[in-house]
Amino acid sequence: MKSGKFDQIRRDSVGLLENWREGRVEIYADLPDSGIRPVMSTLMQSGCRIAAVFAEDRTGPEQRYYLYYVFEHPEDQRYLLARAPVSTANPVFPSLSAELPSLNWHEREIQDWFGLVAEGHPNPRRVALHDNWPDVHPLRKDFSIDTLLPPFEGERHVYRPTLGEGVFQIPVGPVHAGIIEPGHFSFAVAGEPILYLQLRMFYVHKGIEKRFEQLPVNHAVYLAESISGDSSFSHGTAFCQAIEAAAGAEIPGRARRMRTILLELERIHNHTGDIGAIATDVGFVIANAHASRLRELILGLNEELTGSRLLRGMVCAGGVRRDWTRDQILRCLEVLNLFEREFSDLMLLIDASDSTRDRLERTGVLRPDKAADLGIVGVGGRASGVDRDVRRDHPYAAYDSVSFAVPVYEDGDVLRRMQVRVDEVRESLAIIRAVASDLPAGPYRVLLPPVPADACAFSAVEGWRGEIFHWIRMGAGNRLERCKIKDPSFNNWPALVEAVQGNIVPDFPVINKSFNLSYSGTDR
Amino acid sequence: MFKILRKTARTGLVTIGYPRAPALMPESFRGAPRFAFSAWRDARPAAAACPTGAISIRESGDGSHSGGAEGTRQVTVDYGLCIFCGECAEADADGAVRMTREFELAARDRRDLAVTAEYLLDASGTQVELTNLHQADRAADAPPEKLERTVRERIRSVLGRSLAIREVDAGSCNGCEVEIAALTNPVYDLERLGIHFVASPRHADMLLVTGPVTRNMELALAKTYRAAPDPKVVVAVGACGISGGIFGRNYAIVGGVDQVVPVDVYVPGCPPRPHALLYGILLAVGRIAQKGLPQ
Ligand code: SF4
Repeated sequence: MKSGKFDQIRRDSVGLLENWREGRVEIYADLPDSGIRPVMSTLMQSGCRIAAVFAEDRTGPEQRYYLYYVFEHPEDQRYLLARAPVSTANPVFPSLSAELPSLNWHEREIQDWFGLVAEGHPNPRRVALHDNWPDVHPLRKDFSIDTLLPPFEGERHVYRPTLGEGVFQIPVGPVHAGIIEPGHFSFAVAGEPILYLQLRMFYVHKGIEKRFEQLPVNHAVYLAESISGDSSFSHGTAFCQAIEAAAGAEIPGRARRMRTILLELERIHNHTGDIGAIATDVGFVIANAHASRLRELILGLNEELTGSRLLRGMVCAGGVRRDWTRDQILRCLEVLNLFEREFSDLMLLIDASDSTRDRLERTGVLRPDKAADLGIVGVGGRASGVDRDVRRDHPYAAYDSVSFAVPVYEDGDVLRRMQVRVDEVRESLAIIRAVASDLPAGPYRVLLPPVPADACAFSAVEGWRGEIFHWIRMGAGNRLERCKIKDPSFNNWPALVEAVQGNIVPDFPVINKSFNLSYSGTDR
Repeated sequence: MFKILRKTARTGLVTIGYPRAPALMPESFRGAPRFAFSAWRDARPAAAACPTGAISIRESGDGSHSGGAEGTRQVTVDYGLCIFCGECAEADADGAVRMTREFELAARDRRDLAVTAEYLLDASGTQVELTNLHQADRAADAPPEKLERTVRERIRSVLGRSLAIREVDAGSCNGCEVEIAALTNPVYDLERLGIHFVASPRHADMLLVTGPVTRNMELALAKTYRAAPDPKVVVAVGACGISGGIFGRNYAIVGGVDQVVPVDVYVPGCPPRPHALLYGILLAVGRIAQKGLPQ
């Protein structure tokens, strides 16, 4: 257990972090009416990282909104959620984006969805609602989810102009050429090199956070599984952990371990798919044929273990929905042995290809200082020196009982982002073997007591892309009052913008693939 | 180069035979639920457990079931909303609901995916008699069947056995895309059937559309449809592409694909496994016959 750094910070900031309350993995503290500013320098100077800021509408019961600033510190296993009130009479909060660019979208999303104004934001335009939307704030409690908005007349977004001789603009999307999610990219190019990239996201905004507020807990698990379809089990687990914490329930050891195995299988199949996709984008199609065949092996194993190739319908609040027989576990290990041999062969092929290495090395560089400033997480962060992994830093499921290495590289190019994945696949195999060899007998699920209204809980999971968190407040009758979802993709889009600069247009697909961010997870 | 060839030779053939050969899948695969309608005693627990509203109930008569008066219950099962989660089978105490390994569910008409059972109830609300079992009537406002057939025939005569598909994500969670992309891997190898994915709708004979269609993708989907040359077919993929699925319809979501463009075939699943997608695609171009719901 790491020392309680936040306790020290609390002592150092008398009167600024009041009403200290301990949750399962998080601490809540109340900020004064003046908000976050007075305590910000103390927090940042002591080495905290700000992971997010999000809002909650409490105008009904408490006549105010709240902002929650989420911090973590390498010397504390807990998260700190510092809460600031925002009055309904003056719905304004101080923007920190000028100093902390990582909060840029977080603050603008709050503006769009809650109608609170981020005062002093360097670029306060809409981000989560498109420009052609009327003036609505969907996450306010007085906005009905069924509101029928008038027909839109098309996107009116004004991009930064592309001016100068020989400089022109390439618009791409929202419908892309491949089998991928929709979004709009606007490239400014001078000949081949990209000067800058502007993104327009939220094409697949589905009102998911609002939808959570309509569902009872057991149904909401399925919604959590559909936040980002390739991360069903990670998001499902993050959600169920939050419910379990709010209910004050512990899940059985067997369930913790089964979840760990499935979380790692999700990492393996996605990483393997990405390795193949990166190879394709530099013309090494045979490598992709093998990689996608290997991914298929894991998808088949997923189905054997859970009934679903994408691991759906398995996690539940209280554990997992089905048990495994001894044979299923042996089968799992057998498939992984086969996978490992084949994976080594695949990497031999890729490593032996000089032309592949040539295309990947020094392509799409994200420098470590930029990655730190932009708050980049997950694979993209670790390839650029950001040594962070929720599994190690804030253990959940059975991660406290296994040891594993967290690969970190400094060069921040496509090659390193691929290498992080390769290393992680190997670590995942070791984790699964360790956990499966030590699977305790006993129950795989407990029945949760009804979750008390107003209970709040935070939960974090290292999805295969990076840090996922969910924050919930329960309502009456086992329903949710609020569910905040943060997918790692939401943090990481600025990394793509940064990494493509100066690269040639034909390298864009492989740079984009090397991050492989989730549009649905971003847009929700 | 030699290494690559050696690896290829060692790997051998991995492609499946489906649809010519039966699909092989593990025992534990969860397909569509099957309802033994005549033996079903109480649909309420399953309906309450269903996260998507795929099982819906309408009652008439004495709703309280306490006064002794008989009533009737109409239970509609809509496979266009179902995500194959298995909650209904778990909740149904007397085993009238079972999960199957059925996946060939794709249908040409949205109404082919729903079935309604009508029951007489006793005083406790138990279903004592199945009085009617029917699918929604297609005759009333059915699409011009003949025209549909002509188009399909024309497509076949124009395309022969080759088919170019443009995939359009109109709002999905990306789960369907994982399975659609899997169709191109060596195991499913769509190209062996003369089918391939193209980069532009202008090159496409078929749009394979996932949903739910968001308000922000509504226009892009309509434009993509217009950009595809005639004749063309549209396949709506997954519970969300069919009906909006677990997301439903809301301020940000229009609903299923057919709210925006005409749909020729609906493929249930969440997401539909590659075999199911293949079945739906072949159904849309008339290379395979529609099987109907699990009986
Ligand atoms: S399997 Fe389908 S019908 Fe049954 S509960 Fe799940 S979504 Fe509802």
